[in-house]
Amino acid sequence: MLEYDVVIVGGGLTGLRAAVGLSEKYSVALVSKVHPIRSHSIAAQGGINASLANNPDSKDDNPEKHTFDTVKGSDYLADQDAAELMCKEAPNVVFEMEHWGCPFSRFSDGTIAQRPFGGAGYPRTCYSADLTGHVLLNTLYERAVALGVRVFYEYVVLALAVDEGVCHGVIVLDQVSGKLIPIRAKTTLFATGGYGRVYFHSTNALINTGSGIGIAYAAGIAMKDMEFVQFHPTSLLGTNILITEGARGEGGYLFNNKGERFMERYAPKAMELAPRDITARSIKTEMEEGRGFEHEFGTYIQLDLRHLGEQKIAERLPGIRRFCIDFVNVDPVYEPIPIMPCQHYSMGGIDVNMRCESAVKGFYAAGECSSVSVHGANRLGGNSLLETIVFGKLASRSIPEYLEAHDVRPDEKALLRTQAQVEQKIRRLTSGGNEKPFPVLDTLRKAMDDDVGIFRTRAELERALAKVIEVKERYRHVRVSSSALHMNYELIAAMELEQMIDVGHAITLGALLREESRGSHFRRDFKERNDDAWLKHTLATKGPDTEPVISYKDVTITRYQPMARTY
Amino acid sequence: MSGEIYTFKILRYDAQSPDKGPYFDYYKIRVITGLTVLTVLLRIRDELDGTLAFRSSCRSATCGSCAMVINGLPNLACRTQVGSFQDKTIILEPLPNMEVIKDLVVDMTPFWNMYEKVEPYLIRKSPNPEKEIFQSEQDRKKMDQFVNCILCACCYGACPVPARDPGYAGPAALAKLERFALDSRDERSAASLERVNDDKGVWGCDTLFRCIDACPKEVRPTDAVVGLRKTLVKNKFKRTIGIGGKE
Repeated sequence: MLEYDVVIVGGGLTGLRAAVGLSEKYSVALVSKVHPIRSHSIAAQGGINASLANNPDSKDDNPEKHTFDTVKGSDYLADQDAAELMCKEAPNVVFEMEHWGCPFSRFSDGTIAQRPFGGAGYPRTCYSADLTGHVLLNTLYERAVALGVRVFYEYVVLALAVDEGVCHGVIVLDQVSGKLIPIRAKTTLFATGGYGRVYFHSTNALINTGSGIGIAYAAGIAMKDMEFVQFHPTSLLGTNILITEGARGEGGYLFNNKGERFMERYAPKAMELAPRDITARSIKTEMEEGRGFEHEFGTYIQLDLRHLGEQKIAERLPGIRRFCIDFVNVDPVYEPIPIMPCQHYSMGGIDVNMRCESAVKGFYAAGECSSVSVHGANRLGGNSLLETIVFGKLASRSIPEYLEAHDVRPDEKALLRTQAQVEQKIRRLTSGGNEKPFPVLDTLRKAMDDDVGIFRTRAELERALAKVIEVKERYRHVRVSSSALHMNYELIAAMELEQMIDVGHAITLGALLREESRGSHFRRDFKERNDDAWLKHTLATKGPDTEPVISYKDVTITRYQPMARTY
Repeated sequence: MSGEIYTFKILRYDAQSPDKGPYFDYYKIRVITGLTVLTVLLRIRDELDGTLAFRSSCRSATCGSCAMVINGLPNLACRTQVGSFQDKTIILEPLPNMEVIKDLVVDMTPFWNMYEKVEPYLIRKSPNPEKEIFQSEQDRKKMDQFVNCILCACCYGACPVPARDPGYAGPAALAKLERFALDSRDERSAASLERVNDDKGVWGCDTLFRCIDACPKEVRPTDAVVGLRKTLVKNKFKRTIGIGGKE
């Protein structure tokens, strides 16, 4: 049995930032199912928001204005104290990353360059070409190497040991050796990322299964606001590779098959830089009303960058130019990019407060797997990278406070009991049963795409819920090809499938019950936001009969009363 | 469904059952236009053979997980179109210069060890300003190609040197070092570059440019080797005539 003060699960920006903040004073293990440098943070493109006021057009920007944009963007579901904290910390973390070597793009005066992004009153998105996640993740990993952080990579967490409201650590599988290892830890931080892969069409990496959220849920910790799923307006047709909002930030246009810049009908002021929920719905509406382009891979809309010219595209958007050439044989310098909206980000997640604390003592969550909530019903572009680093840092402050204030003695017995449960689950998945895991997942993710998408109705959501329950039943008969524990990706997929079903269940049920439209959650049968009845967070807790039990929690409102949201 | 039938010939091996030895498995798959090698691998694992092991994550040539040898050349499976090959047989093998763990998954420990050895992080001696450390657009641009490296190890697999000298730093680690040596904010000492001033470092490179051919992100590690060699020679000259320090 391994023993640490802190075990951090997830090697993306949040996990690494927390590890960097904790490793000098505490014994820390960072556990990740992939090498940290392969984490999905690497794929973020457009940038990180901070009101540095470096851009000539943003001289009077400040954290307060950033907070307002974030709250309005969230359709007033964000907790305003948390949003304020994040926006206030933003300049500090950006400068800190820069001091650690992050190669941001620069303005001619040598300051960090900033570009306009959706839903923001000022150009405040700091970037490095269209590789911002790549440079931030490399910088934090480099920092972790400099500090000698202990990383267990390709170790998969399979369960959380919680007993009597206290967390005692995790059970991990070493993929290479095939050994199950309990890690006894005084505190556990989940930084396990989002649940994009619960959907068929997603910009997310294959590792983004939401398994961390499902593991915490199975251990009794609530999921919050799961029905709020962000659909990114512009993913590449076919592969759904992300085409950054920065492409529109740099001046790109959206066109339908009539050659219209149709955003003027939906967001006459902000146009292409309306927030993502509004832009994605606008594109979907154009497609549904026959103004999209048809292709064997589906209906698409054009993202036109040609007027930006080759030099600007090569300088600011080199990565997406390469994607377009490699994956659809289109050079955006000469042709518009075929795009479609698809799942992109998980606003919902593990229910924590702004100190990253959950209801279970010693268990923390931060980053995309968590819901503080700073994004509410819709996240602004450039705020996710910000959240990962700010809350990774804040977790590295609140964890020591807990460790110093309590004499924490994690219980070996609780871990061994959890390990026995994991062993039993593995035995079941490797014997009996006649379903392969993949077709079960395929049914789930298609149901989520078809019926829990950009536009929702009661009938569709009820159909999706029936599918989820059917999938849950089929899961009981899943069996994998090999009983080996080492390098058995199919076994890990089967273990994660159970968590993905729980995540899908909470999303669907939350969406069915929420009879209003707010941010990314749009009900055709309840088209208006209803603050009297629904200005509240949804909580899903695992019930005794595996059904999620839904309850609600107030939103923290400090300075900004809900107003109509127009752009 | 349209499309042509391809045969995927995949090297299988399990380090936990070495007695079974390496062997090839064959899978016949119908391939439509635009399908990548990774998509096919996922289909094989999901639908035909759940025991096949390979790494993958982002699907967009960004995370560097799925480096392997495809018809004799190292590349990322996710960015390689099946249709780009004339031959209807695609041979997939693990990256060379590292031990195989299972099938297409290699043990990258030597690669990461070399990376860590070069001190792959910004080293500062001056106190940091309250805001950002200024850097000109021009200085930022100098690092561009090396910043783009995704550490996929295609170059390390393509390099002929590690096979004869496992102590050789390899192209990616040297490119990372040059990225910091070129960073106007970095203040590492001339002495810290000395650790690559031998046959295990920059002088071990055969300058065959295979790393450049193999890189999926248009990084040119040989440029880093040449750049570091020049700096080291310059530093030596300065020491000889008695001017010390980092330039």
